[in-house]
Amino acid sequence: MSVEDLNPREREGVIHPEVRARDDESARSQDGGRLQHAEAASKPIRAPQIREAQPRGAKIRGDRPIDQAEAAERFLAAPLHQAAHDERLWDLRKKRDVSAHGIPEWEELRELASQIKTHTLSHLDRYLEQFEAAATANGVQVHWARDGADHNRIVLEILRNRGAKTLVKSKSMLTEECGFRHHMAANGIEIIETDLGERIQQLDNEEPSHIVAPAVHKTRMDVAEVFAKTLGTDPDNDDAHYLAESQRETTRPYILKADAGMTGCNFAIAETGTVVTCTNEGNADLSGNVPPLQIHSIGIEKIIPKVEHLGVFIRLLSRSALGSPITQYTSHFRAPRAGTEMHMVLVDNGRSARLGMEEFWTSLKCIRCGACMNTCPVYRRSGGLSYGATYSGPIGLIIDPTFNKRKYSTLPFSSTMNGSCTNVCPVKINIHEQIFAWRKVLVEEHHIPALKQGMMKAAGAVLSRPAAYRAAIGAADSALKVLPRFAVYNPLNTWGKKREMPEAPRQTFHAWYKQNRMKDAGR
Amino acid sequence: MTAREAILGDIRANRPAGEFPLPQVPLFPPLIGDDPVAEFGDRLKRMGGRVAEPGTDDAFADLRERLGSAKVIASAVPELTGNRDLRAVRDPQEVEDVDVAVVRAVFGIAETGSVLFTEGELIVNAVAYLAQHLIVLLDPADILPNVQAAYLRPEFGRSAYAVLHTGPSATADIEGVLIHGAQGVRSLTVLLLPRRAG
Amino acid sequence: MRIGLFVPCYVDAFEPEVGIATLELLERLGCTVEYPYDQTCCGQPMTNTGCHAEAAATEALFVKNFSGFDYVVAPSGSCVHQVREHLTAIPQTEEVKKVRASTYELVEFLHDVLKVEALPWARFPHKVAYHTNCNALRGIHHARPSELVKPFYSKPLDLLRMVEGVELVDLARPDECCGFGGTFSVFEPAVSAKMGYDKVADQNRAGAEYVVSADSSCLMHQKGCAERLGVPLKYIHIAQVLNGVAA
Repeated sequence: MSVEDLNPREREGVIHPEVRARDDESARSQDGGRLQHAEAASKPIRAPQIREAQPRGAKIRGDRPIDQAEAAERFLAAPLHQAAHDERLWDLRKKRDVSAHGIPEWEELRELASQIKTHTLSHLDRYLEQFEAAATANGVQVHWARDGADHNRIVLEILRNRGAKTLVKSKSMLTEECGFRHHMAANGIEIIETDLGERIQQLDNEEPSHIVAPAVHKTRMDVAEVFAKTLGTDPDNDDAHYLAESQRETTRPYILKADAGMTGCNFAIAETGTVVTCTNEGNADLSGNVPPLQIHSIGIEKIIPKVEHLGVFIRLLSRSALGSPITQYTSHFRAPRAGTEMHMVLVDNGRSARLGMEEFWTSLKCIRCGACMNTCPVYRRSGGLSYGATYSGPIGLIIDPTFNKRKYSTLPFSSTMNGSCTNVCPVKINIHEQIFAWRKVLVEEHHIPALKQGMMKAAGAVLSRPAAYRAAIGAADSALKVLPRFAVYNPLNTWGKKREMPEAPRQTFHAWYKQNRMKDAGR
Repeated sequence: MTAREAILGDIRANRPAGEFPLPQVPLFPPLIGDDPVAEFGDRLKRMGGRVAEPGTDDAFADLRERLGSAKVIASAVPELTGNRDLRAVRDPQEVEDVDVAVVRAVFGIAETGSVLFTEGELIVNAVAYLAQHLIVLLDPADILPNVQAAYLRPEFGRSAYAVLHTGPSATADIEGVLIHGAQGVRSLTVLLLPRRAG
Repeated sequence: MRIGLFVPCYVDAFEPEVGIATLELLERLGCTVEYPYDQTCCGQPMTNTGCHAEAAATEALFVKNFSGFDYVVAPSGSCVHQVREHLTAIPQTEEVKKVRASTYELVEFLHDVLKVEALPWARFPHKVAYHTNCNALRGIHHARPSELVKPFYSKPLDLLRMVEGVELVDLARPDECCGFGGTFSVFEPAVSAKMGYDKVADQNRAGAEYVVSADSSCLMHQKGCAERLGVPLKYIHIAQVLNGVAA
């Protein structure tokens, strides 16, 4: 199967023509062709230049369950944002398809990646010890953190011991999990995010909405507004090049004067004690190579046994995430530069507990590519912030409840369980099956609304008794008028708000069968 | 109990049931044609990089314009003399005014158009990011077929720092518009220049 | 060969013609089909919502109705997927396992078991957008989903190509979910409806007159969306098309 086999309509893939832009601002190649590497769109997609307030994310009310549906409805009420968001991420999904179809052994690579991960996770103690020994031998100081608070405390201590007051960092979902930035700010440490998208989100005091494209829910007008307020840029200039350049110019001084640099970790190699980061901007390399003190925060599930295994994962990661054959920078940090210090913090934060969850431990295989988000039809129409959690989209639905069952009890229901996420996952996590399994667990542990469970109980009672069922849907033609309410299992009539109700037919199949096929059956 | 003991203890207690052997990764056929140098160039260009051919009299003929407009040139290669001595740099911050840095790649990868550097080639790691433009010398004989072959090389196990560059620094975080020079270099040009004999 | 016909509850209630077409089609192809009279539902509304205990009695009834058949055939990908993959709220006796393994969705039954090669009675001279139900596609493998790097195949399209006059149109997003998602459609109505609207817009722009699918639930949702949008698309089950319905 090659890309040429896709029909032209499918190749284009656009269902919101209003966000297809005519003029093209993306960088060109040496030969003049349009470039689409990194997270670039394969075609110009732009929200029309009409002012539309950026929809904000889910309301956070302590431990109370997140109302994802409510936040999603507000996102949909901003149609320009929603359309651009949907097309942009669908485009990444299409780029992923094109890229994957270029690799004949793609499905075999996914299987290998999955097996390497399950193997490593099932021997994680051994590989962590090996990693620690190798890193220590390389002159790295290795720390262990049981949870986010532990991680923040350790890093703060490292910084304080060296009198460090400023830290530049590259993107890390782990530090988002730990609430790192807020904790450091409260302790007088200035943190600067150096990934453009992450920096936009930091300046707007908003969480990242997507694992690899943190500001994908914002239009250029939103970014212009944020930068005008925080960086003093021209509020009327929403040119993407101008905005990106303004960020570069204002971030560089921080990079140069930072006392410390921090990166996350895409892969940690047990054999060599290496931390591998994959970025497009080169900001992880700046964070790791400029300040005199470097810290790498590592989720313990990031371990893989050997360098040669990168030959599997690197081929899958960026192709799955962005449709790009590799990120612009694939960086391998093994030992400190002469005269500097290098620290690695191994963070558990719920991972070892998840390892013991029979139905859910394989979610630890995740390499944070975001492919499941890009393909998820619910995510693209809800925005990542509607999930009110560090991890959004399909992978978030199965990871978030491990952090807080009550707060994230609603998330596994924000899915149609269509299964596309499972098929794009480069490490073959059975995401949609785990969503299904989570629903069962949450019901058993009484984390779903009584109304919902009551409706299901009533449905189960009717559907298990033929006589009651027949009575409910009506044995005679006239009774069919009451059917829609029952058939959609819903006393609230949310169906009819946005869709027409199905017409009740003249008679049920059952009645037809009785009338036409059972005349002689004597029944 | 230390955090280390607690974490390792929890991992052992929660070890998933079942056997999960480490698979043998087969050597996949390289997805490139007969001309790895051409493939390398094509793919590098698609990743936003540029390719330059060495001139017959002056290897850097193609790049003279860029070099000529640069105030500060930091060269880590014997083939070109710059005006900033990387070996004299004490702090990485000192190279922030470099306009063009010139380094030699350990190897290239045809599958992706990537080049590898270690601290040995870069001398000052940060120069590969703080410079405005990067010129990379690559011996065509040093082009490997694919990523898998690259990860069988010893540099990853012995270098303090090893990095694959594939084109210049890039971002498309604002509405998918591709912009080079997000934080690192604005351009990366590979000059296909064989290593000097000996 | 004893074949039990399962007519899912929403087909029974809203789309009786689909049940009739399924029955007639199987009979045309020489099958003897029985319709267990006490059938209700497969339990999917409850299990999909996580309420397995609430589904147990319904699942037990399903097994009681359908044990003893060589094949159970239903015109619904999602119900068959439920039976095959998720009918687990009751003890897995040999009888239960046998019923689950014998349950087939109509298209795959025609394609894989009966190995139908011609449908001489079927004529449908229309532009058709085929809608792949997600459970049928990714759960019971009706076709190669667009995500996988595998050779393309499609059992429903193989069958539709046997129908004279069918002209298939191409969608921009051929196998994106339409947003029905069972109880998702009522618990998350805004996103569900938006997905449906987008699906309808895609079908409409592709120039379809009819949307054909192997699942009535998706069709019911899409039809409701199309009517609300005022888009004059018509929705019809593949059983009717294959049975030679005069549209």
